[in-house]
Amino acid sequence: MKKRRLEYFIELILKACAVVTILTTIGIIWVLLSESLTFFKEVSIKDFLTDTEWTPLFAKKHFGILPLISGTLLTTFIAVCVALPLGLVIAIYLSQYAPKRFRKIIKPLLEVLAAVPTVVYGFFALMVVTPFLQNLIPNMAGFNALSAGIVMGIMIIPFVSSLSEDALQAVPKSLKNAAYGLGSTRFQTSFRVMVPAASSGIIVSVILAFSRAIGETMIVAIAAGQQPRLTANPLVPIETITAYIVQVAKGDVPHGTLEYRTIFAAGITLFVFTFILNNISFWIRKKYREQYD
Amino acid sequence: MTNELNYILESKNVNVYYGELHALKDINLKIQKNSVTALIGPSGCGKSTFLRVFNRMNDYIDSFKIEGDVFMEGQNIYDKKVRVDELRKNIGMVFQKPNPFPKSIYENVAYGLKIQGIKDKEFLMDRVENSLKQAALWDEVKDDLKKSALALSGGQQQRICIARALAVEPNVLLMDEPTSALDPISTAKVEELINELKEKYTIVIVTHNMQQASRVSDNTAFFYMGDLIEHAKTEDIFRNPKKERTQNYITGRFG
Ligand SMILES: Nc1ncnc2c1ncn2[C@@H]1O[C@H](COP(=O)(O)OP(=O)(O)OP(=O)(O)O)[C@@H](O)[C@H]1O
Ligand SMILES: [Mg+2]
Repeated sequence: MKKRRLEYFIELILKACAVVTILTTIGIIWVLLSESLTFFKEVSIKDFLTDTEWTPLFAKKHFGILPLISGTLLTTFIAVCVALPLGLVIAIYLSQYAPKRFRKIIKPLLEVLAAVPTVVYGFFALMVVTPFLQNLIPNMAGFNALSAGIVMGIMIIPFVSSLSEDALQAVPKSLKNAAYGLGSTRFQTSFRVMVPAASSGIIVSVILAFSRAIGETMIVAIAAGQQPRLTANPLVPIETITAYIVQVAKGDVPHGTLEYRTIFAAGITLFVFTFILNNISFWIRKKYREQYD
Repeated sequence: MTNELNYILESKNVNVYYGELHALKDINLKIQKNSVTALIGPSGCGKSTFLRVFNRMNDYIDSFKIEGDVFMEGQNIYDKKVRVDELRKNIGMVFQKPNPFPKSIYENVAYGLKIQGIKDKEFLMDRVENSLKQAALWDEVKDDLKKSALALSGGQQQRICIARALAVEPNVLLMDEPTSALDPISTAKVEELINELKEKYTIVIVTHNMQQASRVSDNTAFFYMGDLIEHAKTEDIFRNPKKERTQNYITGRFG
């Protein structure tokens, strides 16, 4: 009797947790939507999407999101350019070359990269990477997309490497045997058979890393600057969507004003990006699972 | 001396261990050129292990250890100088379960040539066509070479794997229960194929099917718990085996 009541109680708690999570999500989306709707009553969506300047905090206000998007994509692109080759090489090495014992040591060490607080990475970018790069590229600004992107890339290496490694491990062993049986070297087996067979999983890992980089805040807020600028030049200060949100949220912009509401418009833009990316990766994963069943 | 030339593969005092397990015990066996040799015996007796000794596919098993010598045309294939990838271009293998690459039919068959650096499109196409013809699959797939090999039936997939192995023109073809996953019609096709292939190739085939062994092979080797019990002409093994164990096995008195 007692036991049954306990079980009922536990079930209730679990249910409550699930409901709280769902309600929170709905709440967040609702706030984002309603605040942005108010914002878009004053600023047209067309201006928002086509104006090339973002100066909501200045006297002459412009509300073009493009500079923030370009800043976000620029840092993200640099990060993926760093993380994809390194992460993939690590994954291939660990899954095809490394002895088991070595793999057991390296894997947790790599995951540490993802566990370092991002504020530490931010400082690392600003205080170490930027001065170092300035030696090589003299006209580089103190705040820039390049250092922030590179450091962000290092941070997301474990996303790419561990998910790609899982994908490589999931390739049926019979394919590896087929490749070796035909006289492939280890290199040929890895790059001509294993990587293509694991490609959907590898793509998913990159998309997730992409999505993580787009949402990353601290590193870019510290090291990339706060100057919204529509540019592809990685050497000058820029601002990302996330960094802008931080700037306004922690600044002295009064609540309820149009200026304040810009962060919801920026937030929903960010949300749309990550939502699309997550859906793409979900879709690829689903397709990929069907292929092997 | 002239007799020597008729043998392409030879195992001399071969012992194989998986950790503590003594999987093959002092195996001495010569394999005749351009013949089909069947390896038979109850499950776990070491047939697959012995087959993999010839193309060194056991090397990837951590606990594997081999003693003794294995020769291919006089060359010790376990010599340090031997490159396994080169060796396997001469000794093709067909596995128990069809294992085509998740690539097109064409890419599957051309794979072995492409990794050798061959790029000549005409040459590749020629070889692909010939190999598919030898594997008795050409007529079924010739209009669809771009189709994924995974979209084919199990029997067709296995013949793709055979064509893939033949495309590099090895001297020896190792087949580990190549028809165990196939229906009777596909099985018959593969058996017919084996009979044709022995003109050009030396074939070693593992099978659990006694009728298959007697239908396709010239010589038969009977293994039992890691020992080679008897090796002779197939008709002798099946008509009047010398050992009682062989007799019992082929008449189905034990499994
Ligand atoms: N990778 C391995 N690691 C350890 N032991 C193995 C391994 N592969 C095979 N063995 C053992 O070696 C012995 C011979 O196995 P093998 O697969 O060669 O037998 P088989 O005659 O091919 O059997 P079957 O007819 O079932 O395929 C068995 O006792 C098996 O358990
Ligand atoms: Mg076997």
